[in-house]
Amino acid sequence: MTTLTDAWQWLADPAHWSGDDGVWHRLLQHFLLTVVCLVISCLIALPVALVLGHLGKGGALAVNISNVGRAVPTFAVLVLLLLTPVGEYGEGPTVIALVLFAVPPLLTNAYVGMRGVDQDVVRAARGMGMTGRQVLLRVELPLASPMVLSGVRIAAVQLVATATIAALAGGGGLGRIITAGFNLASTPQVVAGAVLVAVFALLVEGVFEAVERLAPNRARAGRGG
Amino acid sequence: MTPPDDCLARNDWICGEYLTTRSHILTDATVQHLQLTFLAVLIALVVAVPLAVAARRWRWASGPVLAVTTVLYTIPSLAMFSLLLPAYGLSASLVVAGLVLYSLTLLVRNILVGLRGVPEETRQAARGLGYGPVRLLLTVELPLALPASMAGLRIATVSAVSLVTVGAIVGFGGLGNLIYAGMNTYFKAQVLTASVLCVVIAVAADLLLLGVQRLLTPWTRAARA
Repeated sequence: MTTLTDAWQWLADPAHWSGDDGVWHRLLQHFLLTVVCLVISCLIALPVALVLGHLGKGGALAVNISNVGRAVPTFAVLVLLLLTPVGEYGEGPTVIALVLFAVPPLLTNAYVGMRGVDQDVVRAARGMGMTGRQVLLRVELPLASPMVLSGVRIAAVQLVATATIAALAGGGGLGRIITAGFNLASTPQVVAGAVLVAVFALLVEGVFEAVERLAPNRARAGRGG
Repeated sequence: MTPPDDCLARNDWICGEYLTTRSHILTDATVQHLQLTFLAVLIALVVAVPLAVAARRWRWASGPVLAVTTVLYTIPSLAMFSLLLPAYGLSASLVVAGLVLYSLTLLVRNILVGLRGVPEETRQAARGLGYGPVRLLLTVELPLALPASMAGLRIATVSAVSLVTVGAIVGFGGLGNLIYAGMNTYFKAQVLTASVLCVVIAVAADLLLLGVQRLLTPWTRAARA
């Protein structure tokens, strides 16, 4: 238990919170990195998944991409990119590696959500004279939104967690506190950094939980399954 | 003496020379990678089955079991290894323990889904034949839960193969060690070769488990035919 007390003392020291290597700066870097990667991943994955789900094509593709994504270590992708010309652009390799990592869960969840929409409802909407675009945006997307949102939640939490790996390759974020702790052989700092990241990941999980609770009843109904 | 003009000297991405001269390093790293993955998944499986059975049998147990395993999954891999550092030190057990905790979530959830999917009529039929609770569990419930459990085992194994690389931070990362070292020395052939080997191991393990699943569950094929 002394390690935890030491870690707590590390966290309680104001000197560790200020400056470029301080907790606040690393936290901000971590937050920005996560948000940027999440937005880019959503912009890439969601339109593709929604259109494929609407057309009912590419299911095997969505699942396979998801499986391949799990098999490729993010750390390996990060280092590979770092050694290519992309590596010269600061956080470029980190962003690309994290986006590649976040796209599969987003793609799979959104596709599954779109396919899960009751086909009778879709036929009814078509019978009312809705165009394909209207069916997609006004009927399928709202009904699929719980699954889509749950994909975004999984991606967000995993991004917060995985963004720490950037530090192994010299990137910013909370992971730097951990790697710096390893280099200083300071177990309290390593544990303190780990606690910070874990708390951050759980906070993100909590925020999404709250958003889902506040969402309209209709959007929540689908969670029963 | 002029430096030799081979792919090692040119630092090419693909280099046959690297494969022949460093084959023992590659073999050692691959063996370590396989050992860490295998041990972690095996221990996780041994722990997960009783947990899932308990969560299935006693309603009050399912909440805490699922909550704890989910929280464990939210903790970033780098942070997980760091949090376990005080308990295990810089050792292979540290990496195995971290991987076990990750695999637990995936395994417990899937085994539980499988157990819950066993039809009540099947259970009653077995009881009617005079099966006791233990025999019912071992010869009816667990076999019927196999397809869902194997799906979880495949995901857990593939994820573990890619997570082992992060163990490089404590020097026990299997192929991750080569990636980490290659990053610091800009040794392109080493990084690419090790990364590709990681993916090959993951895909091979996945296919192997798929084969085992087909052998263990002949009835699923008979039903489909």
